[in-house]
Amino acid sequence: MNKPIRTMAIFCMLLFVALMLNTTYLQYVDAGDLNARDDNKRVRDAEFSRKRGAIVAGGKAVAKSVPVKDPYAYQRVYREPFKYAQLTGYYSYIYGRDAVELTENEILSGSDPRLFVDRVVDMVGDNQPEGGSVSLTIDPPAQDAAFAGLRALGNRVEGAVVALEPSTGKILALASSPSYDPNLLASHDFSEVQENRERLLEDEADPLINRATQEVYPPGSTFKLVTAAAALKSGEYRPDSIVKGGLSLDLPQTENPLPNDGGSDCGGERITLTQALMVSCNVSFGFLGLQLGDTALREQAEKFGFGDVYLQDLDGQAVSRFPEGDVDDPLTAYSAIGQYEVAATPLQMAMVVAGIGNGGTVMRPYVVDEVRAPDLSVLDQTNPEDYREAVSSSVARDLTEMMIEVVDQGTGTTAQIPGIKVAGKTGTAQSEADRPPYAWFVSFAPADDPEVAVAVLVEDAGVERDAISGSGLAAPIAKAVMEAVINR
Amino acid sequence: MSSLNPLNALPLGFTHRRRRGAELFLLLLSLLVGVGGYAAVGLGVEGAVPVDIIGYGGWLAGLCIGAHLIVRILAPYADPVMLPIVAALNGLGLAVIYRIDLAKLADNEDANTLARDQLIWMTVGVVLFAAVLVLLRDHRRLQAFTYTAGFAAIVLLLMPLLPVLGTEIRGARIWINIGPLSFQPGEIAKLCLVVFFAGYLVLHRDALALAGRRFVGIDLPRARDLGPILVMWAISLAVLVFQRDLGSSLLFFGLFLVMLYVATERPGWLVVGTTLFVAGAYTGFLLFSHVQSRVDAWLRPFDPESNSYQIVQGMYGMAWGGLVGRGLGQGDPIQIPIAESDFIFAAIGEELGLTGTMAIIVLYGLIVERALRTALVCRDAFGKLLATGLGVVFALQVFVVIGGVTKLIPLTGLTTPFLSYGGSSLVANWAIIGLLLRISDQARRPMPELSGGQDYGPDEDDATAVVSLR
Repeated sequence: MNKPIRTMAIFCMLLFVALMLNTTYLQYVDAGDLNARDDNKRVRDAEFSRKRGAIVAGGKAVAKSVPVKDPYAYQRVYREPFKYAQLTGYYSYIYGRDAVELTENEILSGSDPRLFVDRVVDMVGDNQPEGGSVSLTIDPPAQDAAFAGLRALGNRVEGAVVALEPSTGKILALASSPSYDPNLLASHDFSEVQENRERLLEDEADPLINRATQEVYPPGSTFKLVTAAAALKSGEYRPDSIVKGGLSLDLPQTENPLPNDGGSDCGGERITLTQALMVSCNVSFGFLGLQLGDTALREQAEKFGFGDVYLQDLDGQAVSRFPEGDVDDPLTAYSAIGQYEVAATPLQMAMVVAGIGNGGTVMRPYVVDEVRAPDLSVLDQTNPEDYREAVSSSVARDLTEMMIEVVDQGTGTTAQIPGIKVAGKTGTAQSEADRPPYAWFVSFAPADDPEVAVAVLVEDAGVERDAISGSGLAAPIAKAVMEAVINR
Repeated sequence: MSSLNPLNALPLGFTHRRRRGAELFLLLLSLLVGVGGYAAVGLGVEGAVPVDIIGYGGWLAGLCIGAHLIVRILAPYADPVMLPIVAALNGLGLAVIYRIDLAKLADNEDANTLARDQLIWMTVGVVLFAAVLVLLRDHRRLQAFTYTAGFAAIVLLLMPLLPVLGTEIRGARIWINIGPLSFQPGEIAKLCLVVFFAGYLVLHRDALALAGRRFVGIDLPRARDLGPILVMWAISLAVLVFQRDLGSSLLFFGLFLVMLYVATERPGWLVVGTTLFVAGAYTGFLLFSHVQSRVDAWLRPFDPESNSYQIVQGMYGMAWGGLVGRGLGQGDPIQIPIAESDFIFAAIGEELGLTGTMAIIVLYGLIVERALRTALVCRDAFGKLLATGLGVVFALQVFVVIGGVTKLIPLTGLTTPFLSYGGSSLVANWAIIGLLLRISDQARRPMPELSGGQDYGPDEDDATAVVSLR
């Protein structure tokens, strides 16, 4: 009987080896993933009673942990909560984390591999491990201007502002309205947190949504920049090329022609491309759309970042889109003027103008500038990264000249800054007939060597339908943000 | 059977040493684990060594030394490693149960504490261990009780199904109430079944191994010999159906299969048995919702729909423990529901880390290895089968419960031997160790002189020893 006994011994050994391998997998290989899961109460409790790193904007902490006398030892506190809510996000015991609190959680909580040595030192010294801090790319004066600009339209106005540094992709300002107070979700009174969250979720204006990056809107006439870029790139058009103008554009396959806003004729039946952009002529750009075709438009849009996820520092970036599939001619004409199913985030439109301002190269947008260890030594600094070559530098130059005309004598005069050349484009997008249109303004300045590119969206200002326009509502906010950056 | 000749297993003239001194030394190390663990829990949770450390340590030491003395007198040639391993596991289990008690008390002052009960059960277990060694001087006498043991096993298995006596706890009807105590008769049934199988197979193994047909390179048994295996299969399925005890069902059938294979040396039985098991398990999966929910929790533990809270908490605990653990008293093991029972392995993983869990798996592996080694050197077929059966049932139980807790296989609900809280399991396992030491003593004892017959006592042993022991 010894042979089968030996066989059973080997069998038992295999059973135990399997147990050992599996336990090692669980406690060593897979442990990191298990510890990172949202519903892992142990990790959450330990994180909660640890000194979490600060989130810093312009040298000042906008989120930090302060010692308190309760079982969790530290309370997360947000300074200027409404202004920075979309950037810091919240840090809640029940609802987890959001925005930078989420994406940089490993550094902030101190569990990042780059903090390993600090943890060992803390363990040996019997100190509680501490989290590292995160510095944002935000320029506080620009952020103030963006937030104040939206606030001036009322606390409940729905809108968003994004400002980028064209040469790097740094997000200099990012505001969304209506905003919320992350302190309400970070409280240690959990029933209160629950009520606060219910209230925020029930709010029809969705204050928890970051309208700058998490929501797409019809870009309206600001999309004409993309159409113009595609036209110039095709080589068949130059800024002074003659395009069709006039009251309306006859569309194939339909009885309904495409009209201009307010019954304008764009200054004649035959106008230059520059003129068409200056007055935001629907007829001209619908015509260009028909000439170029949907494929060329889609390719150009994708070169600016449509259809892609490029923002890593904030979670839940919505993907901007140009309609997929075979778009028929009338709808291509509507798409060329930013209507139909074209949709973009304010961040996306800021990238379009930042790309034009940066000689055609779109930089990857980012909001986390540096991460530091608890002793403030720099662990990592984000390097600017070329995202895509959207247009050639000569096309970028032509577009810039055309956009300067828009602000100098076209629809965007409200964005003029004395002594500075500003390049911009307005947009007033129709969504549904029974909803007020969206007001857009995108711009960059100084036009010859831009320091800042801005996109402003005002979704619902609670004003009369006629009063909603890119130049009237959005451009002044863009102007204030650009001034804040240039005058710093 | 040539394997009945002990010379097959051992070089000629080799004699085992008694190694009782080694056992005592290892036992002291085990005590260090048990008492040290208890002290470390106190330090970790309350910042001070528990006040009753002397009484507790003394009690534990008394049990260990008592067990050692019994072995030294009644089974002097018994394996010297098994008792210290068991003492270490039991001591560690006690410390961790005490740790979970403290965590519960911190939550709720009136919580039910279990460490004291477990220490009493351990005492009962050690007494039973001693009783086995005292009453059973030669394991071969058990062969006379083959059918008695088989009958007892069936009665024990049926007891929880009786109206007043049996109770259902957490969906499994495997408990009986005797006065204030509840007991899992299945744990004792396990021991009876091993005795029954060993006795039955020793008698019938030739018939079972004799004839058969060769099919695709495998010797398949004759159809008429399938009788007993089908009966056993039916019993396992009955346990599964009526008691909803997946783990025991698997354990009993696996045990029978292995013993059948070892007795007959015919791998064909394994093929037939495994096929039957797979068919039974699949049918069980299709028919019973509790089997489905276990499999579901195993495959998709993070699905909010699946009934996997306990296993997920166990995994989180083990991941949180990492390589070296949080330290006794520094983790949060009561996040795992009923951590003191099946999931004590996860609680240990949390506070003692991968280091601790590896040590435990190795200790279990050593027990199995020692049992199978005993089977190898044992001189009689009954003893061989008995030791193999006890070793394999132990290995299977450890695999099923730890594999379930670590999500290697679906969770089935068996106790972790010597660690989990639970009197029946602890007592039964101590009895198993007693039996193994008894077989081991017989097996390692020097060959009696041919004229000596079977009536040898300790004094004669010394006279026949080839190697001087002191």
